[in-house]
Amino acid sequence: MFDLPWDFTIIPSYMPLFVPVAFVTLQITTLGILMGLLLGLLFGLMRISPLWVLNGPARLYIWAIRGTPLLLQLFIIYYGFSSIARVPGFLAAVLGLAIHNGAYLAEIIRGSIQSIDRGQREAAYSLGMTRWQAMRRIVLPQAFKRAVPPLGNQFIIALKDSSLASTIAVHELLHRARVLWSSNFRTMEMLIIAGIFYLFMTTIFTLVVGRIEHRLKASEYRS
Amino acid sequence: MIKIASLHKWFGKLHVLKGIDLTVDEQEVVVLIGASGSGKSTLLRCINFLEAPQQGRIFIDGEVVDPRGKNLHSIRQEVGMVFQHFNLFPHMTVLGNVIEGPAQVKRLARAEAVKIGMELLEKVGLSDKAETYPAMLSGGQKQRVAIARALAMRPKIMLFDEPTSALDPELVGEVLQVMQELANEGMTMIVVSHEMGFAREVADRVIFMDEGVIVEEGDPDLIYSKPQNERTQEFLSRIL
Repeated sequence: MFDLPWDFTIIPSYMPLFVPVAFVTLQITTLGILMGLLLGLLFGLMRISPLWVLNGPARLYIWAIRGTPLLLQLFIIYYGFSSIARVPGFLAAVLGLAIHNGAYLAEIIRGSIQSIDRGQREAAYSLGMTRWQAMRRIVLPQAFKRAVPPLGNQFIIALKDSSLASTIAVHELLHRARVLWSSNFRTMEMLIIAGIFYLFMTTIFTLVVGRIEHRLKASEYRS
Repeated sequence: MIKIASLHKWFGKLHVLKGIDLTVDEQEVVVLIGASGSGKSTLLRCINFLEAPQQGRIFIDGEVVDPRGKNLHSIRQEVGMVFQHFNLFPHMTVLGNVIEGPAQVKRLARAEAVKIGMELLEKVGLSDKAETYPAMLSGGQKQRVAIARALAMRPKIMLFDEPTSALDPELVGEVLQVMQELANEGMTMIVVSHEMGFAREVADRVIFMDEGVIVEEGDPDLIYSKPQNERTQEFLSRIL
């Protein structure tokens, strides 16, 4: 046997130091996803419009954002714009996550809207509904149900991606780990604690999404 | 009531309707028959512009239907449509489906819409299913809800696009019965259907279509027993 260079017994005593920054991670993620959802809905709807003045900008946005790394986008917001205005790290992280996820969410929303049988729209039109009424009352509610699993997935990706905010001085989970190990030199131990927090949050979230999914499905089989 | 004048429809290069002329009078029940691909469903769908014809005109109550104009939505309110695959809204209850039109399109107060909805569910024999979701219903029940949903807009005309083709044989009767009652009440109806019994009993006129044209039309008994046209004879010999 040889001695490991790590001392995992210190982990419990360091855990409380990560709790406040875990909330920061959660805040960045939640705000980023919520704003991203609005962007996704807007650009998703624009993307399926037959008018090029609407679908053109949406295609451009999705193409540019999906084709470049999130880290680059964060740097552009945080460092790139610093010569004009200093964007605080937290805000930059939220905006970055929102814009980044907006592109993916737009594609998820577009896909789920297009997956709704066209007979649904035709039935709505045959009652005299306008395009917007049919979209709002008939298509979107069904599309959202269908989008729940991929939306949940995207939320988890966003939660993990929020760790990139540590590079722009946001005091979130990974940043806290780095700050601590630079003084106590317990690098592996600090990283493992951060990992435990990420796993804890993603697990909870997976369970919640599963619950919602189950509920939504069950609601259409009530008699 | 409905007048269709030299209607043409292309899907890409495919010429589906090749100049259809058709007049349907008030309270008349017309049954459209023909092989799949003959254009009968497309014709029906052109009447309320679920498909836009490229040429020709459609008049409803003397008013020309213009897909670009404002009257399309109001005309669609007067033309009820029942689909082969029901197309009920799965996220709404049976009653929710029926009152959706009156509540959202006609902007009736909810209580009033519910009253209309319950009356119509009563009429199609499903008032006990008002709070059920469509997924829990049989095909025949779904189609009866779909008929109630269309009737809730108080249409002047009802279009039926193969309303019983997706049903198990033992469920066809309950739907045809509702349609027959509707016809007896004087509803103007255009029905795409191969139900000969229904056509003979209820229809005032049967129209046979083939390759995008009306080949033959007339009294149901005559069409079924003594078809004049060769194509009609051949078609009927295959389905009877």
